[in-house]
Amino acid sequence: MSTAIKIDDLWVRYRGEEDYVIKGLSLEIEEGEFVLLMGASGCGKTTLCLTIMGIIPRVIKAEVKGNVRVFDLNPLNASPAEIAKYVTIVFQNPEMQLVTTSVYEEIAFPLENFGLPQDEIERRVEEVLEVVGLKGLEDRSPASLSGGQKQALAIASVLALRPKIIILDEPTSQLDPQGTKRVTDLILKLRREFETTILAVEHRVEWAVEHVDRIVVMNDGKIILEGDPKTVFSKEIKPEETGFRPPQVSEIAYNLIRSGVTFPTIPISLNEALDIFRGILDERKTYS
Amino acid sequence: MKERPIVEVVNASYAYPGGIKAIDDVSLSVEPGEFIALLGQNGSGKTTLAKLMNGLFKPTNGTVLIKGRDTKKMTVAECARIVGYVFQNPEHQIFASTIYEEIAFGPRNLGIPEEDVKRRVEEALKFVDLKKPTDAFPHLLSVGEKHRVAIASILAMEPELLILDEPTTGIDFGRSLQIMRLLQRLKDEGKAVIVITHDLYLAAEFAERIIILKDGRKFADGPTKEILSNKNLLTDAGLSPLQVTLLSESMKNYGISENAVRTMEFVEEFLKVLRRGYGSRV
Repeated sequence: MSTAIKIDDLWVRYRGEEDYVIKGLSLEIEEGEFVLLMGASGCGKTTLCLTIMGIIPRVIKAEVKGNVRVFDLNPLNASPAEIAKYVTIVFQNPEMQLVTTSVYEEIAFPLENFGLPQDEIERRVEEVLEVVGLKGLEDRSPASLSGGQKQALAIASVLALRPKIIILDEPTSQLDPQGTKRVTDLILKLRREFETTILAVEHRVEWAVEHVDRIVVMNDGKIILEGDPKTVFSKEIKPEETGFRPPQVSEIAYNLIRSGVTFPTIPISLNEALDIFRGILDERKTYS
Repeated sequence: MKERPIVEVVNASYAYPGGIKAIDDVSLSVEPGEFIALLGQNGSGKTTLAKLMNGLFKPTNGTVLIKGRDTKKMTVAECARIVGYVFQNPEHQIFASTIYEEIAFGPRNLGIPEEDVKRRVEEALKFVDLKKPTDAFPHLLSVGEKHRVAIASILAMEPELLILDEPTTGIDFGRSLQIMRLLQRLKDEGKAVIVITHDLYLAAEFAERIIILKDGRKFADGPTKEILSNKNLLTDAGLSPLQVTLLSESMKNYGISENAVRTMEFVEEFLKVLRRGYGSRV
Protein backbone atom coordinates (compact mmCIF):
# COMPACT_ATOMS: atom_id res chain seq x y z
CA MET A 1 0.00 0.00 0.00
CA SER A 2 1.27 3.40 -0.86
CA THR A 3 0.05 6.78 0.18
CA ALA A 4 -2.59 8.11 -2.23
CA ILE A 5 -2.94 11.62 -0.86
CA LYS A 6 -0.59 13.45 1.49
CA ILE A 7 -1.26 16.98 2.65
CA ASP A 8 1.10 18.88 4.91
CA ASP A 9 0.24 22.14 6.63
CA LEU A 10 -1.99 23.39 3.82
CA TRP A 11 -3.15 27.01 3.78
CA VAL A 12 -5.51 28.30 1.07
CA ARG A 13 -6.76 31.84 0.61
CA TYR A 14 -8.91 32.90 -2.34
CA ARG A 15 -7.75 35.87 -4.33
CA GLY A 16 -9.13 39.09 -2.92
CA GLU A 17 -10.14 37.49 0.39
CA GLU A 18 -8.67 38.40 3.73
CA ASP A 19 -9.14 35.10 5.54
CA TYR A 20 -7.69 31.71 4.77
CA VAL A 21 -10.31 29.04 3.98
CA ILE A 22 -7.93 26.19 4.80
CA LYS A 23 -5.85 26.90 7.88
CA GLY A 24 -2.87 24.61 8.37
CA LEU A 25 -4.53 21.31 7.48
CA SER A 26 -2.63 18.00 7.33
CA LEU A 27 -4.12 14.74 6.11
CA GLU A 28 -2.85 11.43 4.80
CA ILE A 29 -4.98 8.93 2.88
CA GLU A 30 -3.75 5.43 2.03
CA GLU A 31 -4.34 3.80 -1.31
CA GLY A 32 -7.66 1.94 -1.25
CA GLU A 33 -8.96 3.81 1.76
CA PHE A 34 -12.56 5.11 1.86
CA VAL A 35 -12.56 8.41 3.72
CA LEU A 36 -15.62 10.50 4.49
CA LEU A 37 -15.14 14.24 4.76
CA MET A 38 -17.77 15.99 6.84
CA GLY A 39 -18.45 19.44 8.23
CA ALA A 40 -20.87 22.35 7.96
CA SER A 41 -21.25 24.29 4.72
CA GLY A 42 -18.39 26.73 4.38
CA CYS A 43 -15.94 24.73 6.51
CA GLY A 44 -13.55 24.27 3.59
CA LYS A 45 -14.45 20.75 2.38
CA THR A 46 -14.93 21.71 -1.24
CA THR A 47 -11.84 23.95 -1.23
CA LEU A 48 -9.80 21.01 0.03
CA CYS A 49 -11.15 18.74 -2.71
CA LEU A 50 -10.47 21.35 -5.40
CA THR A 51 -6.92 21.79 -4.14
CA ILE A 52 -6.26 18.05 -4.25
CA MET A 53 -7.50 18.20 -7.87
CA GLY A 54 -5.21 21.11 -8.63
CA ILE A 55 -8.26 23.09 -9.80
CA ILE A 56 -7.11 25.44 -7.07
CA PRO A 57 -4.91 27.36 -7.89
CA ARG A 58 -4.83 26.49 -11.63
CA VAL A 59 -8.39 27.47 -12.50
CA ILE A 60 -9.66 29.14 -9.36
CA LYS A 61 -7.00 31.62 -8.33
CA ALA A 62 -5.85 31.39 -4.75
CA GLU A 63 -2.77 31.61 -2.60
CA VAL A 64 -1.72 28.09 -1.62
CA LYS A 65 0.92 27.33 1.01
CA GLY A 66 2.08 23.90 2.16
CA ASN A 67 2.55 20.58 0.39
CA VAL A 68 0.10 18.37 -1.51
CA ARG A 69 1.01 15.02 -3.08
CA VAL A 70 -1.27 12.76 -5.11
CA PHE A 71 0.76 9.57 -5.49
CA ASP A 72 3.95 10.90 -7.09
CA LEU A 73 2.38 14.07 -8.44
CA ASN A 74 2.21 17.56 -7.09
CA PRO A 75 -1.25 18.71 -8.25
CA LEU A 76 -0.34 22.33 -7.58
CA ASN A 77 1.92 22.36 -10.65
CA ALA A 78 1.00 19.22 -12.64
CA SER A 79 -0.93 19.49 -15.91
CA PRO A 80 -4.67 18.69 -15.90
CA ALA A 81 -4.07 15.66 -18.13
CA GLU A 82 -1.52 14.22 -15.69
CA ILE A 83 -3.80 14.73 -12.72
CA ALA A 84 -6.81 13.28 -14.52
CA LYS A 85 -5.02 9.93 -14.72
CA TYR A 86 -5.01 9.71 -10.96
CA VAL A 87 -7.95 11.58 -9.61
CA THR A 88 -11.39 12.68 -10.80
CA ILE A 89 -14.22 14.45 -9.08
CA VAL A 90 -18.00 14.13 -9.19
CA PHE A 91 -19.50 17.49 -8.40
CA GLN A 92 -22.41 18.12 -6.10
CA ASN A 93 -24.40 19.77 -8.85
CA PRO A 94 -24.41 17.34 -11.78
CA GLU A 95 -25.32 20.07 -14.25
CA MET A 96 -21.83 21.48 -13.79
CA GLN A 97 -20.34 18.53 -15.58
CA LEU A 98 -22.90 17.30 -18.11
CA VAL A 99 -21.72 18.65 -21.45
CA THR A 100 -22.86 16.41 -24.30
CA THR A 101 -26.15 15.73 -26.10
CA SER A 102 -26.73 12.07 -25.23
CA VAL A 103 -26.31 9.82 -22.22
CA TYR A 104 -24.05 7.54 -24.25
CA GLU A 105 -21.80 10.39 -25.39
CA GLU A 106 -21.59 11.82 -21.91
CA ILE A 107 -19.82 8.68 -20.75
CA ALA A 108 -17.98 7.86 -23.95
CA PHE A 109 -16.56 11.36 -24.49
CA PRO A 110 -13.80 11.33 -21.84
CA LEU A 111 -12.94 7.75 -22.75
CA GLU A 112 -12.48 8.80 -26.37
CA ASN A 113 -10.26 11.61 -25.15
CA PHE A 114 -8.07 9.07 -23.42
CA GLY A 115 -7.83 7.15 -26.70
CA LEU A 116 -9.46 3.89 -25.57
CA PRO A 117 -10.44 1.39 -28.30
CA GLN A 118 -14.08 1.58 -29.41
CA ASP A 119 -15.12 -1.86 -28.13
CA GLU A 120 -13.64 -1.11 -24.72
CA ILE A 121 -15.54 2.21 -24.66
CA GLU A 122 -18.81 0.48 -25.48
CA ARG A 123 -18.22 -2.16 -22.84
CA ARG A 124 -17.49 0.38 -20.15
CA VAL A 125 -20.45 2.59 -21.07
CA GLU A 126 -22.84 -0.36 -20.87
CA GLU A 127 -21.29 -1.54 -17.61
CA VAL A 128 -21.60 1.78 -15.77
CA LEU A 129 -25.08 2.51 -17.16
CA GLU A 130 -26.22 -0.83 -15.84
CA VAL A 131 -24.73 -0.16 -12.42
CA VAL A 132 -26.19 3.34 -12.00
CA GLY A 133 -29.52 2.23 -13.39
CA LEU A 134 -29.64 4.27 -16.59
CA LYS A 135 -29.60 1.39 -19.05
CA GLY A 136 -31.96 1.95 -21.94
CA LEU A 137 -31.57 5.73 -21.77
CA GLU A 138 -28.43 5.82 -23.97
CA ASP A 139 -29.97 8.13 -26.56
CA ARG A 140 -31.73 10.50 -24.18
CA SER A 141 -30.45 14.03 -23.82
CA PRO A 142 -28.85 14.58 -20.38
CA ALA A 143 -30.94 17.76 -20.07
CA SER A 144 -34.15 15.71 -20.21
CA LEU A 145 -33.21 13.53 -17.22
CA SER A 146 -34.56 14.04 -13.70
CA GLY A 147 -32.26 15.51 -11.04
CA GLY A 148 -31.42 12.10 -9.64
CA GLN A 149 -30.79 10.61 -13.06
CA LYS A 150 -28.43 13.48 -13.87
CA GLN A 151 -26.48 12.76 -10.71
CA ALA A 152 -26.30 9.09 -11.60
CA LEU A 153 -25.04 10.02 -15.06
CA ALA A 154 -22.37 12.36 -13.68
CA ILE A 155 -21.13 9.55 -11.44
CA ALA A 156 -21.23 7.04 -14.27
CA SER A 157 -19.12 9.23 -16.54
CA VAL A 158 -16.42 9.51 -13.89
CA LEU A 159 -16.53 5.86 -12.90
CA ALA A 160 -16.05 4.76 -16.49
CA LEU A 161 -12.59 6.35 -16.35
CA ARG A 162 -11.62 4.05 -13.48
CA PRO A 163 -9.42 6.62 -11.78
CA LYS A 164 -7.17 5.62 -8.86
CA ILE A 165 -8.79 8.24 -6.67
CA ILE A 166 -12.40 9.39 -6.87
CA ILE A 167 -13.57 12.47 -5.04
CA LEU A 168 -17.32 12.52 -4.56
CA ASP A 169 -18.94 15.77 -3.48
CA GLU A 170 -22.26 14.60 -2.01
CA PRO A 171 -22.62 11.76 -4.48
CA THR A 172 -26.10 10.73 -3.41
CA SER A 173 -27.69 14.01 -2.36
CA GLN A 174 -30.31 13.93 -5.12
CA LEU A 175 -30.80 10.19 -5.29
CA ASP A 176 -33.63 8.16 -3.82
CA PRO A 177 -32.83 5.13 -1.64
CA GLN A 178 -32.60 2.75 -4.60
CA GLY A 179 -30.34 5.12 -6.47
CA THR A 180 -28.26 5.61 -3.33
CA LYS A 181 -27.92 1.87 -2.88
CA ARG A 182 -26.85 1.43 -6.48
CA VAL A 183 -24.19 4.12 -6.14
CA THR A 184 -23.01 2.65 -2.85
CA ASP A 185 -22.76 -0.82 -4.35
CA LEU A 186 -20.86 0.66 -7.25
CA ILE A 187 -18.38 2.43 -4.99
CA LEU A 188 -17.82 -0.74 -2.99
CA LYS A 189 -17.32 -2.72 -6.19
CA LEU A 190 -14.72 -0.23 -7.36
CA ARG A 191 -12.86 -0.54 -4.10
CA ARG A 192 -12.95 -4.31 -4.25
CA GLU A 193 -11.98 -4.73 -7.86
CA PHE A 194 -9.74 -1.76 -8.55
CA GLU A 195 -8.66 -0.70 -5.04
CA THR A 196 -9.94 2.76 -5.83
CA THR A 197 -9.24 5.33 -3.15
CA ILE A 198 -12.37 7.27 -2.28
CA LEU A 199 -12.76 10.63 -0.64
CA ALA A 200 -16.43 11.48 -0.24
CA VAL A 201 -18.19 14.55 1.08
CA GLU A 202 -21.57 13.45 2.36
CA HIS A 203 -24.06 14.57 4.98
CA ARG A 204 -26.11 11.39 5.06
CA VAL A 205 -24.46 9.61 7.84
CA GLU A 206 -26.28 6.27 7.98
CA TRP A 207 -25.17 5.73 4.43
CA ALA A 208 -21.60 6.32 5.40
CA VAL A 209 -20.97 4.67 8.75
CA GLU A 210 -21.53 1.21 7.36
CA HIS A 211 -18.91 1.53 4.67
CA VAL A 212 -16.22 4.11 5.34
CA ASP A 213 -12.87 3.40 6.98
CA ARG A 214 -12.44 6.83 8.44
CA ILE A 215 -14.40 10.01 9.06
CA VAL A 216 -12.64 13.36 8.93
CA VAL A 217 -14.60 16.29 10.36
CA MET A 218 -13.63 19.81 9.35
CA ASN A 219 -14.55 23.10 10.92
CA ASP A 220 -13.31 26.53 9.91
CA GLY A 221 -10.54 25.21 7.66
CA LYS A 222 -9.15 22.72 10.16
CA ILE A 223 -9.68 19.09 11.08
CA ILE A 224 -11.45 18.96 14.45
CA LEU A 225 -12.27 15.27 14.69
CA GLU A 226 -10.91 12.20 12.96
CA GLY A 227 -11.23 8.45 13.36
CA ASP A 228 -13.22 5.38 12.45
CA PRO A 229 -17.01 5.88 12.66
CA LYS A 230 -17.22 4.14 16.02
CA THR A 231 -14.72 6.56 17.57
CA VAL A 232 -16.21 9.67 15.99
CA PHE A 233 -19.71 8.99 17.34
CA SER A 234 -18.57 7.81 20.78
CA LYS A 235 -19.27 11.36 22.00
CA GLU A 236 -22.35 13.41 21.23
CA ILE A 237 -22.25 15.19 17.88
CA LYS A 238 -24.16 18.46 17.73
CA PRO A 239 -25.59 19.03 14.21
CA GLU A 240 -25.53 22.80 14.57
CA GLU A 241 -21.75 22.72 15.11
CA THR A 242 -20.64 19.96 12.79
CA GLY A 243 -23.22 20.33 10.02
CA PHE A 244 -24.31 16.70 10.17
CA ARG A 245 -26.45 14.57 12.40
CA PRO A 246 -25.30 11.36 14.04
CA PRO A 247 -26.86 8.03 13.00
CA GLN A 248 -30.36 7.94 14.45
CA VAL A 249 -29.48 5.02 16.74
CA SER A 250 -26.59 7.07 18.19
CA GLU A 251 -28.93 10.03 18.66
CA ILE A 252 -31.28 7.75 20.63
CA ALA A 253 -28.39 6.63 22.81
CA TYR A 254 -27.26 10.23 23.53
CA ASN A 255 -30.79 11.08 24.65
CA LEU A 256 -31.07 8.00 26.86
CA ILE A 257 -27.71 8.78 28.47
CA ARG A 258 -29.10 12.20 29.38
CA SER A 259 -31.93 10.37 31.14
CA GLY A 260 -29.47 8.35 33.19
CA VAL A 261 -29.25 5.14 31.15
CA THR A 262 -25.73 3.69 30.97
CA PHE A 263 -24.35 2.43 27.67
CA PRO A 264 -21.46 0.00 27.23
CA THR A 265 -20.76 1.70 23.89
CA ILE A 266 -22.59 4.12 21.57
CA PRO A 267 -24.22 2.13 18.75
CA ILE A 268 -23.72 3.42 15.20
CA SER A 269 -25.58 0.79 13.20
CA LEU A 270 -29.00 -0.78 13.53
CA ASN A 271 -27.82 -4.29 14.38
CA GLU A 272 -25.42 -3.03 16.98
CA ALA A 273 -28.19 -0.87 18.47
CA LEU A 274 -30.56 -3.83 18.69
CA ASP A 275 -27.99 -5.86 20.65
CA ILE A 276 -27.23 -2.99 23.00
CA PHE A 277 -30.83 -1.87 23.64
CA ARG A 278 -31.97 -5.47 24.21
CA GLY A 279 -28.97 -6.01 26.45
CA ILE A 280 -29.90 -3.03 28.63
CA LEU A 281 -33.45 -4.32 29.07
CA ASP A 282 -32.28 -7.91 29.68
CA GLU A 283 -29.89 -6.77 32.37
CA ARG A 284 -32.58 -4.72 34.07
CA LYS A 285 -34.77 -7.83 34.15
CA THR A 286 -32.08 -9.90 35.80
CA TYR A 287 -31.81 -7.45 38.67
CA SER A 288 -35.48 -6.58 39.07
CA MET B 1 -67.07 26.61 9.19
CA LYS B 2 -64.46 24.75 7.28
CA GLU B 3 -62.28 26.88 5.06
CA ARG B 4 -62.10 26.06 1.40
CA PRO B 5 -58.95 24.05 0.51
CA ILE B 6 -56.14 26.12 -1.02
CA VAL B 7 -55.59 23.55 -3.73
CA GLU B 8 -57.80 20.74 -4.93
CA VAL B 9 -56.36 18.25 -7.38
CA VAL B 10 -59.21 16.23 -8.91
CA ASN B 11 -58.39 13.14 -10.99
CA ALA B 12 -55.57 15.08 -12.58
CA SER B 13 -53.16 13.59 -15.11
CA TYR B 14 -50.29 15.23 -16.89
CA ALA B 15 -48.47 13.93 -19.93
CA TYR B 16 -45.37 15.69 -21.22
CA PRO B 17 -45.27 16.52 -24.91
CA GLY B 18 -44.12 13.25 -26.41
CA GLY B 19 -46.53 11.26 -24.32
CA ILE B 20 -44.64 10.41 -21.12
CA LYS B 21 -47.34 10.36 -18.45
CA ALA B 22 -45.79 11.93 -15.35
CA ILE B 23 -48.95 12.26 -13.27
CA ASP B 24 -51.70 9.68 -13.53
CA ASP B 25 -55.15 10.29 -12.05
CA VAL B 26 -54.10 11.97 -8.80
CA SER B 27 -56.60 13.51 -6.38
CA LEU B 28 -55.78 15.38 -3.19
CA SER B 29 -56.50 18.64 -1.43
CA VAL B 30 -54.37 20.95 0.66
CA GLU B 31 -55.89 22.87 3.57
CA PRO B 32 -54.53 26.00 5.27
CA GLY B 33 -52.05 25.25 8.07
CA GLU B 34 -50.97 21.87 6.75
CA PHE B 35 -47.31 20.77 6.74
CA ILE B 36 -46.98 18.04 4.11
CA ALA B 37 -43.96 16.05 2.99
CA LEU B 38 -44.21 14.80 -0.59
CA LEU B 39 -42.09 11.68 -1.03
CA GLY B 40 -41.32 9.28 -3.84
CA GLN B 41 -38.50 7.95 -5.93
CA ASN B 42 -36.72 10.00 -8.56
CA GLY B 43 -39.01 10.25 -11.56
CA SER B 44 -42.16 9.43 -9.56
CA GLY B 45 -43.79 12.73 -10.55
CA LYS B 46 -43.21 14.89 -7.44
CA THR B 47 -41.97 17.97 -9.29
CA THR B 48 -44.63 17.62 -11.99
CA LEU B 49 -47.35 17.47 -9.33
CA ALA B 50 -45.92 20.59 -7.69
CA LYS B 51 -45.99 22.44 -11.01
CA LEU B 52 -49.59 21.35 -11.56
CA MET B 53 -50.51 22.72 -8.14
CA ASN B 54 -49.03 26.14 -8.84
CA GLY B 55 -50.41 26.40 -12.36
CA LEU B 56 -47.08 26.26 -14.20
CA PHE B 57 -48.50 23.13 -15.84
CA LYS B 58 -52.18 22.61 -16.65
CA PRO B 59 -53.49 19.05 -16.32
CA THR B 60 -53.95 17.17 -19.60
CA ASN B 61 -56.86 15.38 -17.91
CA GLY B 62 -58.84 16.19 -14.80
CA THR B 63 -58.82 19.46 -12.89
CA VAL B 64 -56.67 21.48 -10.52
CA LEU B 65 -58.49 24.14 -8.52
CA ILE B 66 -56.76 26.95 -6.63
CA LYS B 67 -59.17 28.46 -4.12
CA GLY B 68 -61.97 26.95 -6.14
CA ARG B 69 -60.82 28.34 -9.49
CA ASP B 70 -59.74 26.12 -12.36
CA THR B 71 -56.02 26.71 -13.08
CA LYS B 72 -56.79 26.35 -16.80
CA LYS B 73 -58.67 29.63 -16.53
CA MET B 74 -55.97 31.37 -14.50
CA THR B 75 -52.71 32.96 -15.59
CA VAL B 76 -49.48 31.66 -14.07
CA ALA B 77 -49.19 34.99 -12.22
CA GLU B 78 -52.64 34.60 -10.68
CA CYS B 79 -51.73 31.10 -9.52
CA ALA B 80 -48.36 32.22 -8.14
CA ARG B 81 -50.09 34.80 -5.97
CA ILE B 82 -51.62 31.93 -3.99
CA VAL B 83 -49.28 28.99 -4.55
CA GLY B 84 -45.55 29.70 -4.44
CA TYR B 85 -43.02 27.22 -5.80
CA VAL B 86 -39.36 27.21 -4.77
CA PHE B 87 -37.21 25.39 -7.32
CA GLN B 88 -35.02 22.44 -6.42
CA ASN B 89 -31.93 24.25 -7.63
CA PRO B 90 -31.96 27.89 -6.52
CA GLU B 91 -29.73 28.71 -9.49
CA HIS B 92 -32.73 28.05 -11.72
CA GLN B 93 -34.65 30.72 -9.97
CA ILE B 94 -32.12 33.43 -9.18
CA PHE B 95 -31.48 35.83 -12.03
CA ALA B 96 -31.39 39.40 -10.72
CA SER B 97 -28.24 41.43 -10.08
CA THR B 98 -28.98 42.26 -6.44
CA ILE B 99 -30.68 40.44 -3.60
CA TYR B 100 -33.22 43.26 -3.36
CA GLU B 101 -34.14 43.09 -7.06
CA GLU B 102 -34.41 39.32 -6.83
CA ILE B 103 -36.92 39.39 -4.01
CA ALA B 104 -38.80 42.46 -5.29
CA PHE B 105 -39.37 40.91 -8.72
CA GLY B 106 -42.37 38.78 -7.74
CA PRO B 107 -44.37 41.40 -5.84
CA ARG B 108 -43.63 44.02 -8.53
CA ASN B 109 -45.02 41.63 -11.12
CA LEU B 110 -48.18 41.43 -9.07
CA GLY B 111 -48.50 45.19 -9.44
CA ILE B 112 -47.84 45.89 -5.76
CA PRO B 113 -46.95 49.57 -5.05
CA GLU B 114 -43.21 50.12 -4.53
CA GLU B 115 -43.41 51.05 -0.84
CA ASP B 116 -45.31 47.87 -0.14
CA VAL B 117 -42.74 45.93 -2.18
CA LYS B 118 -40.01 47.36 0.04
CA ARG B 119 -41.83 46.23 3.17
CA ARG B 120 -42.34 42.74 1.73
CA VAL B 121 -38.68 42.41 0.78
CA GLU B 122 -37.59 43.46 4.26
CA GLU B 123 -40.01 41.09 5.97
CA ALA B 124 -39.03 38.18 3.74
CA LEU B 125 -35.32 38.75 4.37
CA LYS B 126 -35.92 39.02 8.08
CA PHE B 127 -37.93 35.83 8.02
CA VAL B 128 -35.19 33.79 6.32
CA ASP B 129 -32.60 35.51 8.52
CA LEU B 130 -30.29 36.58 5.72
CA LYS B 131 -27.98 39.27 6.95
CA LYS B 132 -26.32 40.29 3.70
CA PRO B 133 -26.39 43.74 2.13
CA THR B 134 -29.49 43.87 -0.10
CA ASP B 135 -27.37 45.25 -2.95
CA ALA B 136 -25.12 42.16 -2.95
CA PHE B 137 -24.92 40.00 -6.08
CA PRO B 138 -27.02 36.88 -5.32
CA HIS B 139 -24.94 34.51 -7.46
CA LEU B 140 -21.94 34.96 -5.17
CA LEU B 141 -23.82 33.71 -2.12
CA SER B 142 -23.26 30.24 -0.68
CA VAL B 143 -25.68 27.47 -1.65
CA GLY B 144 -27.48 27.77 1.68
CA GLU B 145 -27.81 31.53 1.32
CA LYS B 146 -29.09 31.20 -2.25
CA HIS B 147 -31.73 28.80 -0.97
CA ARG B 148 -32.81 31.38 1.55
CA VAL B 149 -32.95 34.12 -1.10
CA ALA B 150 -35.03 31.80 -3.27
CA ILE B 151 -37.41 31.14 -0.38
CA ALA B 152 -37.55 34.85 0.48
CA SER B 153 -38.41 35.78 -3.11
CA ILE B 154 -41.39 33.44 -3.01
CA LEU B 155 -42.39 34.56 0.51
CA ALA B 156 -42.50 38.15 -0.73
CA MET B 157 -45.42 37.14 -2.97
CA GLU B 158 -47.22 36.25 0.30
CA PRO B 159 -48.65 32.99 -1.02
CA GLU B 160 -51.04 30.85 1.01
CA LEU B 161 -49.31 27.62 0.05
CA LEU B 162 -45.55 27.27 -0.33
CA ILE B 163 -44.16 24.28 -2.23
CA LEU B 164 -40.45 23.66 -1.82
CA ASP B 165 -38.70 21.21 -4.13
CA GLU B 166 -35.96 19.47 -2.14
CA PRO B 167 -35.05 22.54 -0.09
CA THR B 168 -32.50 20.63 1.99
CA THR B 169 -30.61 18.97 -0.84
CA GLY B 170 -26.98 19.99 -0.94
CA ILE B 171 -27.00 21.92 2.30
CA ASP B 172 -25.71 20.65 5.60
CA PHE B 173 -27.90 19.25 8.32
CA GLY B 174 -27.68 22.27 10.61
CA ARG B 175 -28.92 24.52 7.80
CA SER B 176 -31.56 21.96 6.83
CA LEU B 177 -32.91 22.15 10.36
CA GLN B 178 -32.98 25.96 10.10
CA ILE B 179 -35.02 25.78 6.89
CA MET B 180 -37.44 23.25 8.33
CA ARG B 181 -37.91 25.39 11.47
CA LEU B 182 -38.54 28.39 9.25
CA LEU B 183 -41.23 26.42 7.40
CA GLN B 184 -42.65 25.34 10.72
CA ARG B 185 -43.08 29.02 11.62
CA LEU B 186 -44.87 29.66 8.32
CA LYS B 187 -47.17 26.80 9.11
CA ASP B 188 -47.80 28.22 12.58
CA GLU B 189 -48.80 31.47 10.91
CA GLY B 190 -51.50 29.57 9.03
CA LYS B 191 -49.78 29.02 5.69
CA ALA B 192 -49.73 25.58 4.13
CA VAL B 193 -46.33 24.06 3.34
CA ILE B 194 -45.43 21.18 1.04
CA VAL B 195 -41.85 19.95 1.11
CA ILE B 196 -40.63 17.60 -1.59
CA THR B 197 -37.85 15.55 -0.04
CA HIS B 198 -35.96 12.28 0.12
CA ASP B 199 -35.08 12.89 3.74
CA LEU B 200 -37.42 10.74 5.80
CA TYR B 201 -35.76 11.90 9.00
CA LEU B 202 -36.76 15.53 8.40
CA ALA B 203 -40.17 14.47 7.07
CA ALA B 204 -40.83 12.50 10.27
CA GLU B 205 -39.67 15.26 12.59
CA PHE B 206 -41.56 18.12 10.89
CA ALA B 207 -44.39 17.06 8.60
CA GLU B 208 -47.85 16.15 9.84
CA ARG B 209 -49.03 14.54 6.65
CA ILE B 210 -47.17 12.38 4.14
CA ILE B 211 -48.03 11.92 0.48
CA ILE B 212 -46.09 9.32 -1.48
CA LEU B 213 -46.09 9.19 -5.26
CA LYS B 214 -45.12 6.13 -7.24
CA ASP B 215 -45.01 6.00 -11.03
CA GLY B 216 -47.09 9.16 -11.23
CA ARG B 217 -49.89 7.82 -9.02
CA LYS B 218 -50.77 8.64 -5.44
CA PHE B 219 -49.43 5.65 -3.52
CA ALA B 220 -50.11 6.79 0.04
CA ASP B 221 -51.60 9.80 1.80
CA GLY B 222 -52.10 10.08 5.55
CA PRO B 223 -50.79 11.20 8.93
CA THR B 224 -46.99 11.05 9.21
CA LYS B 225 -46.95 8.44 11.94
CA GLU B 226 -49.32 6.12 10.12
CA ILE B 227 -47.43 6.27 6.83
CA LEU B 228 -43.81 6.31 7.98
CA SER B 229 -44.27 3.53 10.54
CA ASN B 230 -45.55 1.20 7.82
CA LYS B 231 -42.40 -0.60 6.76
CA ASN B 232 -43.96 -2.61 3.96
CA LEU B 233 -45.65 0.39 2.46
CA LEU B 234 -42.38 2.35 2.40
CA THR B 235 -40.45 -0.54 0.92
CA ASP B 236 -43.06 -0.93 -1.82
CA ALA B 237 -42.68 2.76 -2.58
CA GLY B 238 -38.90 2.33 -2.91
CA LEU B 239 -38.20 4.20 0.34
CA SER B 240 -36.10 3.01 3.28
CA PRO B 241 -37.75 3.06 6.70
CA LEU B 242 -35.98 5.07 9.40
CA GLN B 243 -33.63 3.34 11.83
CA VAL B 244 -35.94 4.27 14.69
CA THR B 245 -38.86 2.50 13.01
CA LEU B 246 -36.88 -0.68 12.36
CA LEU B 247 -35.50 -0.58 15.87
CA SER B 248 -38.88 -0.29 17.56
CA GLU B 249 -40.37 -2.95 15.31
CA SER B 250 -37.60 -5.38 16.21
CA MET B 251 -38.15 -4.72 19.91
CA LYS B 252 -41.89 -5.36 20.07
CA ASN B 253 -41.35 -8.47 22.17
CA TYR B 254 -39.56 -6.28 24.72
CA GLY B 255 -42.71 -4.28 25.27
CA ILE B 256 -41.99 -1.44 22.83
CA SER B 257 -45.61 -0.91 21.90
CA GLU B 258 -45.60 0.83 18.54
CA ASN B 259 -43.43 1.70 15.60
CA ALA B 260 -41.77 5.04 16.28
CA VAL B 261 -41.03 7.51 13.51
CA ARG B 262 -39.36 10.23 15.61
CA THR B 263 -36.22 9.82 17.69
CA MET B 264 -37.85 11.03 20.90
CA GLU B 265 -40.84 8.70 20.50
CA PHE B 266 -38.52 5.73 20.84
CA VAL B 267 -36.52 7.34 23.64
CA GLU B 268 -39.69 7.91 25.70
CA GLU B 269 -41.06 4.46 24.95
CA PHE B 270 -37.76 2.81 25.89
CA LEU B 271 -37.61 4.73 29.19
CA LYS B 272 -41.19 3.68 29.97
CA VAL B 273 -40.34 0.02 29.41
CA LEU B 274 -37.13 0.35 31.40
CA ARG B 275 -38.86 2.03 34.37
CA ARG B 276 -41.68 -0.42 34.68
CA GLY B 277 -39.02 -3.11 35.01
CA TYR B 278 -40.04 -4.50 31.66
CA GLY B 279 -42.34 -7.12 33.04
CA SER B 280 -44.58 -7.01 30.03
CA ARG B 281 -42.34 -9.13 27.90
CA VAL B 282 -44.40 -12.23 28.44
